[in-house]
Amino acid sequence: MRVVGRSPGQLAWRRLYRDRTAQVSGAMLVLFVLLALAAPLIELAYGIGPRDQFQDRLDASGMPLGYAGGVSGDHFFGLEPGLGRDVFIRLVYGLRTSLFIALTAAVLSTVLGVVLGALAGYLGGWLDAVLSWVTDLTLAMPFLVIALALTPTVTLRFYGPRDAVPAAFGVGVLIAVFALFGWTGTARLVRGQVLGLREREFVAAARASGAGLGHMLFRQLLPNLWAPILVSFSLAVPQFVTGEAALSFIGVGLTEETPSFGRMIYQSLDYLQTDPAFVFFPGVTIFALVCAFNLFGDALRDALDPRSSR
Amino acid sequence: MVRFLVQRILSAVLTLFAVSVLTFLMFFALPRDPVSGMCPKNCNPERLARVRQELGLRDPLVSQYAGYLKGIFTGRELGTAQGGRCDAPCLGWSYVNNEAVTDTLARVLPVTLSIVVPAAVLWLLLGVGLGLVSALRRGSWLDRAAIGFSLTGASLQLYFVGAVLMLVFVYTLRWLPVPGYTPLAEHPVRWAGGLVLAWCSLALLFSASYARLFRAQLLETLSEDFIRTARAKGLGRARVYGRHALRAAITPVVTVAGLDVGAALGGTVITETTFGIQGLGRTAVDAVRAGDLPTIMGTVLIAAVFVVLANLLVDVLYAAVDPRVRLG
Repeated sequence: MRVVGRSPGQLAWRRLYRDRTAQVSGAMLVLFVLLALAAPLIELAYGIGPRDQFQDRLDASGMPLGYAGGVSGDHFFGLEPGLGRDVFIRLVYGLRTSLFIALTAAVLSTVLGVVLGALAGYLGGWLDAVLSWVTDLTLAMPFLVIALALTPTVTLRFYGPRDAVPAAFGVGVLIAVFALFGWTGTARLVRGQVLGLREREFVAAARASGAGLGHMLFRQLLPNLWAPILVSFSLAVPQFVTGEAALSFIGVGLTEETPSFGRMIYQSLDYLQTDPAFVFFPGVTIFALVCAFNLFGDALRDALDPRSSR
Repeated sequence: MVRFLVQRILSAVLTLFAVSVLTFLMFFALPRDPVSGMCPKNCNPERLARVRQELGLRDPLVSQYAGYLKGIFTGRELGTAQGGRCDAPCLGWSYVNNEAVTDTLARVLPVTLSIVVPAAVLWLLLGVGLGLVSALRRGSWLDRAAIGFSLTGASLQLYFVGAVLMLVFVYTLRWLPVPGYTPLAEHPVRWAGGLVLAWCSLALLFSASYARLFRAQLLETLSEDFIRTARAKGLGRARVYGRHALRAAITPVVTVAGLDVGAALGGTVITETTFGIQGLGRTAVDAVRAGDLPTIMGTVLIAAVFVVLANLLVDVLYAAVDPRVRLG
């Protein structure tokens, strides 16, 4: 029998590939991402846009006709009461907004956290002290209220009170706020890891042969940190999905024309008694999305950490 | 111990100071005109000018901030339209509510306390209990059920859980009244009835992550040497688990709980919005919507105070709970 050597990366990949939770949640994630990417195509195939209104399918008080909020062959998830827009296509576009914001914010906050955390851990001293204090400070700020208050303030800085604010600007501000508040966790994690690595022989060897700061951080230390960074990234994404929905829920950031989970749920709460299906569809969709991310993150952690056993 | 405490308190004060400076800058210096937001569209120019005058917005920023700080510690004189003398913890005057900010906060703080304190007790008991059961009966159906529960709970959204609970218990079964706040001293039963759904949905979401954390910690602790030593000494199960394992495994739970409770006391925005209860969180959101800067400052500061206090408490509790922690 021939013994085949495998790199830790290959081993982790095999473990992940064989894990049933990872298979199911991974497949769900792929489906969600495809749905989000293909939103315009789905709109074409479905024949209904996110802004089309179907007033003729509502009764006199603005409630959708038929069962479960007007679910039918034409409208998979029914119609919004009042405006009569199609819930399914709005959810598909909401998914697009949500995933775009969450992924971009997760990438930004991870990069920020890795760089700052590695610097603090490697250099130590005053930089480290300042960083851990800034982390405490960020934790002490009530995130939702600050984000809520900051978004209109920043918008007012760039646009007058009567200017039309482009939807992309709202998305950008939201991403910036998430990145600004989200990096501390990753930074703390990376700092801890670097503190341990700093004393190892290979680091001393590289330093002795005259490696610069950039080389030390990114060529020597970073390759040893991929596993925790990947895990923290995969767990940051669902947090930002939830965060975006929560912010839209209390009514900041995105303008009315941008479809969003949080905004839909917020609007739907008024119809809780009269049209519960309208609460149900967005709620279940966001639950499935966050659950898939969480499960996949867990499976990834198990696959990357050989010692872990659940 | 004393040195550690003094150090921690100093850093807490410094953090609070920084939060106040940051919030102040964010809201008074960043906007083009802080007052325009405070005045609805049909506000007359005279009133605008008067508000600007009374808030002292023409003064340099540093003296504006100094005035604000002075108000918190010793009280300050405000304009007659702002109610004149404003006593010691003075957080300014809200033109939107026509009330001193301190009074507004004093009114809504009991509401948030009534939501958070019972909910926290509930979620800690549920989380630690579930974690304990599933760690001790590892691999059993109970353990599986607890893991399933914690995975589901970690992905649920409060507004969705709240909506479902309301739909079932308020609108369909009609067992509970529409959620709302009645002071505890006035009518304890109505107080509990109006808030029980908020407690349950918070507990459902939070206990999930606690169960998971506590289970993992307990399993790790149980495999450590000092547990084996305790067993080898011939201690009974209750003593090994209760005295040795629990104290070591519960420290991370204490940390997370401290942070969570601290953050929740600063306003449970989502919970309050979902159930339509006017607590600190709703007040903050309404203040932001109305551009009511003094109220925003007040709510942010009080939220920060809670978080910082909770952090401090956690550090002290750590030493008390875990015999391995040495302060130095």
